[in-house]
Amino acid sequence: MTGVEHGLPAIAAMFAAARAAQRAAFLPYYPIGYPSYTESLDAIIALAELGADGFEIGVPFSDPLADGPVIQAATQTALANGITVRRCLDAVRELRLRGVMQPMLLMSYLNPLLAYGPAAFVRDAKAAGADGVIIPDLPVEEAAEWAAACRSHNFAQVLFVAPTSDAARIAAVAAQATGFIYLVSVTGVTGARTGLSADLAGFVARVRSRAGGIPLVLGFGISTAAHVRQIEQLTDGFIVGSALIKAAQGGVAGVRAFVTELRAP
Amino acid sequence: MNKTSQQTLPDERGYFGAYGGRFVPETLIPALDELLAAYESARVDPAFQAQLANLQATYVGRPTPLTHARRLSQQLGGAQIYLKREDLAHTGAHKINNAIGQALLAQRMGKHRIIAETGAGQHGVAAATAAALLGLECHVYMGTVDMARQQPNVYRMQLLGAEVLPVAAGSKTLKDAINAAIRDWVTNVQSTHYMLGSALGPHPYPRIVRDFQSIIGVEARRQILEAAGRLPDLCIACVGGGSNAIGLFHAFQEDAAVDLIGVEAGGSGIAGGVHAARFSDPELGRPGVLHGTRTFVMQDANGQIADTHSISAGLDYPAVGPEHAHLRDLERAHYTYASDSEALAAFHLLCKVQGIIPALESAHAIAEAVKRAPSMPKTAVIIVNLSGRGDKDLDTVLQETGK
Ligand SMILES: Cc1ncc(COP(=O)(O)O)c(C=O)c1O
Repeated sequence: MTGVEHGLPAIAAMFAAARAAQRAAFLPYYPIGYPSYTESLDAIIALAELGADGFEIGVPFSDPLADGPVIQAATQTALANGITVRRCLDAVRELRLRGVMQPMLLMSYLNPLLAYGPAAFVRDAKAAGADGVIIPDLPVEEAAEWAAACRSHNFAQVLFVAPTSDAARIAAVAAQATGFIYLVSVTGVTGARTGLSADLAGFVARVRSRAGGIPLVLGFGISTAAHVRQIEQLTDGFIVGSALIKAAQGGVAGVRAFVTELRAP
Repeated sequence: MNKTSQQTLPDERGYFGAYGGRFVPETLIPALDELLAAYESARVDPAFQAQLANLQATYVGRPTPLTHARRLSQQLGGAQIYLKREDLAHTGAHKINNAIGQALLAQRMGKHRIIAETGAGQHGVAAATAAALLGLECHVYMGTVDMARQQPNVYRMQLLGAEVLPVAAGSKTLKDAINAAIRDWVTNVQSTHYMLGSALGPHPYPRIVRDFQSIIGVEARRQILEAAGRLPDLCIACVGGGSNAIGLFHAFQEDAAVDLIGVEAGGSGIAGGVHAARFSDPELGRPGVLHGTRTFVMQDANGQIADTHSISAGLDYPAVGPEHAHLRDLERAHYTYASDSEALAAFHLLCKVQGIIPALESAHAIAEAVKRAPSMPKTAVIIVNLSGRGDKDLDTVLQETGK
């Protein structure tokens, strides 16, 4: 991916490469500062070496209302370790210096980003080497200010659709989202689940028919190789969070074992 | 004279000026649309309004009285203080006004399961009561710190058939109970109505809760015209999320001569940062987004939500209803605070001179009347919203008084 500009071009190149290899892009979620700043960077570097196609980099927030217990606990640890938005941008910069080439999208709740300032955040995140932003409590109706900031930096603004979104909402999201659309696989919060939704294929098809070609990435609940096999043919990418963080309790070795198992053919 | 405005708010997107809106996960947006549509149709449906009015009269006990607090006024030596007696509403606080309204809405939407958050336990009790009345299933999220300090209300909810779900995350208070309720709602959105207890959260909650609570001010305005032959100079209410205050203020908003005063929790003082006075501490209280709405939020420099403190669980919350932020911008309402010790002193005073045990939340509003009345003429009139009764607070008061 060397030589491709960070932001939308890098994300497009990521999906093109995965498509060429006939697979969905694997985008692990990992929060900066869990279990410590240094160990989180080591985990992300290990994931990069294990074939992650891109990253959702977690910024901690005191009140993560879209997250289940595992990510809540991990991000509380990160906060206790003093992690701020600024520190997460430092982390992205350091990861680039240490050779991580894959796209990195910062996932943060809105309030810490507002405190930083939307325009300043997009500018500084792009300069640090990040490629996009994912804000779970920012629906499309409230996203105009962010859209403008992201557009002027060629920075991805990922928006969500959920199983409850109707055709009109899906179309509105597709018209504004850049980089990819984040499909929430279930009505619920983040967290590993034994089975994925029965109507997943129908949901993805419903979004696909209105997405106008923008890549679709599925997240929430994906935790096993069986899940991955189920969705590989449906979507352009998938996000794994809670199950990975649980594995990371076993350090880099735990991360390695989990990913090897998850990606087993 | 205060500035008034004829504009009806919120606007289409749920904004009161720069505040309000909808900042929640996408999964919930269709449920908010459904709630708005149900509310819009109920609002203009005579059958719904008749059912609500009937329950208010025959079950809640409305209208609640307006009591002239003669001995309190005499002792303070100035303005005449009138108390709007929401403590006499069924379940002992104004929260029932909103709970009954939203329970009827839930029924109208065909949702059989109610979830609610509670701080002081008064909204939880009101939600459990409304659910029992209408045969709905009820789950109430409550921080473990609040469960300990409002134990009688935990028992009441359980007696009423609700399940109380302890929340041990974060500060273990109202904020965390709301987080847990929102997570439940995201998961069970198809079957469940989230009965939010104050004039906060994503659109259309601030408006729905205001409208259901505005009966407080409508009655009080009529009652004071009867009792005193004139409008009040001041309306005073405590402000947690802001529902009893907006409920009192709304009917007086166009009366430019009436000053509207909201009283936040001053905790152990503004200087130390140990309080919940979102409007009075520029170090901590700034516009931000929490629980789905843009409003004043207590937060650190990095945008992490700050810990709050109040002796009263119902005021111990880091954000405030968006309409209050707007009224403050317009200078139509003014916001101040009472400290824990001022509220306690007002609590004891009202017990001794009027024979009324107020909720510690309401005692904050009394404390402001105690500060202002002496310097006002004897012909002046103050209405204080006595938002609830204090039985739930006896343990806290005994502990504090024993110190
Ligand atoms: C008696 C009483 N007053 C006031 C409040 C504060 O809420 P609000 O500001 O929404 O009226 C509460 C909340 O629990 C309460 O129980």
